Amino acid sequence: MAFERALRCRECGREYPLNPIYSCEFCFGPLEVAYDYDGIRQAVSRDAIAAGPSTLWRYAHFLPCDPQFKVDIGTGYTPLIRADRLAKAVGLDTLWLKNDTVNPSWSFKDRVVSVAIARAREFGFEAMACASTGNLANAVAAHSAAAGMDCYVFIPNDLEQGKVVGSAIYRPTLVMVEGSYDDVNRLCTELSMEYPWAFVNINVRPYYAEGSRTLGFEVAEQLGWRTPDHVVAPMASGSLFTKIWKGFQEFHKVGLIDEPRTRMSGAQAAGCSPIATAYEAGTLNFIPQKPRTIARSLAIGNPADGYYALKQMQETHGGAAMATDEEIVEGIKLLAETEGVFAETAGGVTVACLRKLVESGFIRRDEETVAFITGAGLKTVEAVVDAVDQPLRVPARTDEFAAALSARRGAPVGASAGA
Amino acid sequence: MAVKVKIPTPLRSLTNNLDQVPAQGETLREVVLALDGSYPGMRERILDDGGEIRRFVNVYVNGEDVRFLKGLATVLGEGDEISIVPAVAGG
Repeated sequence: MAFERALRCRECGREYPLNPIYSCEFCFGPLEVAYDYDGIRQAVSRDAIAAGPSTLWRYAHFLPCDPQFKVDIGTGYTPLIRADRLAKAVGLDTLWLKNDTVNPSWSFKDRVVSVAIARAREFGFEAMACASTGNLANAVAAHSAAAGMDCYVFIPNDLEQGKVVGSAIYRPTLVMVEGSYDDVNRLCTELSMEYPWAFVNINVRPYYAEGSRTLGFEVAEQLGWRTPDHVVAPMASGSLFTKIWKGFQEFHKVGLIDEPRTRMSGAQAAGCSPIATAYEAGTLNFIPQKPRTIARSLAIGNPADGYYALKQMQETHGGAAMATDEEIVEGIKLLAETEGVFAETAGGVTVACLRKLVESGFIRRDEETVAFITGAGLKTVEAVVDAVDQPLRVPARTDEFAAALSARRGAPVGASAGA
Repeated sequence: MAVKVKIPTPLRSLTNNLDQVPAQGETLREVVLALDGSYPGMRERILDDGGEIRRFVNVYVNGEDVRFLKGLATVLGEGDEISIVPAVAGG
């Protein structure tokens, strides 16, 4: 049973049929899927969801696609980890990590692609495509391979090797564009008008974006059908950030949880911070930037949902922070050393910004907080390779090992190579 | 200045389905007004009530976002390529 009803312009409210279109023909505003929430309310229950599959398909009634077209390689229903050691390090009483590094292609992008590819197959597309900072490229390539579909992924030419190989291995047509993500995105937007492909984050973006709501659904369910006091999530386009909140609101709308009062705060890299900068300036109108940051997965200088992310901060009394490259590296290390979770650069941004927001008192110590860790660290080894301790190098002899160990222990406490 | 303007799908209903049209103007603002002369309705689709580029429209001159140039006051050169692109893509 499908409950998606139409596409509706978020700005002027004009409605359109459920087609592969993404922007309002009149005002260019973003089209969003409109649902029959009464129908969903009647179809779902806590028990039925809890008895569903251990993937995002447990929320199939909320997804704007027909599950018979799904490509299920195990995306979603990732762990929500109680993070007491990190909580103590940053100064919070209760902190949870939504660990989305464990998806099939190791980032949350598998969620959006799950919905996009199912919808694209329903539309009859034979090829998938995307503009990506890397994680999305990996997810589109992986799901297309599993579906046996042609795939075209477009990335900027400065990505980490793990992200490049992490796409190439699935054998898509991988296109490296001279320029930044924003150049890639403009190119793909123009190509989407010429080629009959499903560009997941362009012509099927209204469906694609809805996949991120499952992060909000899961956190609410995993907390015992309730929402936290505060969320900290990374922002690139701002889409993920807005859809987590939408997920909370929808669970309330269909009667699964009480009204959410979560404060939503976003994290950006200082070297690409159009949304956080606008927040600090107290305006809803961001100014695009040319990215210069090691957090390439967040390096979108012209964020499509920046305006809505800023509005959401205002509505939920949330905020934003930004992290320098050094702070991002420290954030990745702190997360790994306290909780055993190795995140890519966006996770470093999230942890660094969480720390700042607590230190400044913006997040109070007693606010139960969930931090979203959206991608795995092996994708961006370059960011930390010079910041980790060097191994002890020893011949295969016990006395040599003992000597090397005492030499290492003799080093001042907390010393590490590089920083 | 004679320039080329690439028309996005949502505006092609105004240009008899042409995906690229020629236009004249010294600045981007003049080109938008010239387009509206040739294809009535173009102005209100690209500009908001205050006469500025709509929030969800990106305009590029030779691939550069005009917000990094001088916006509607950007001075154009002969043969420049202007792209009008919906802003809600990506991410």
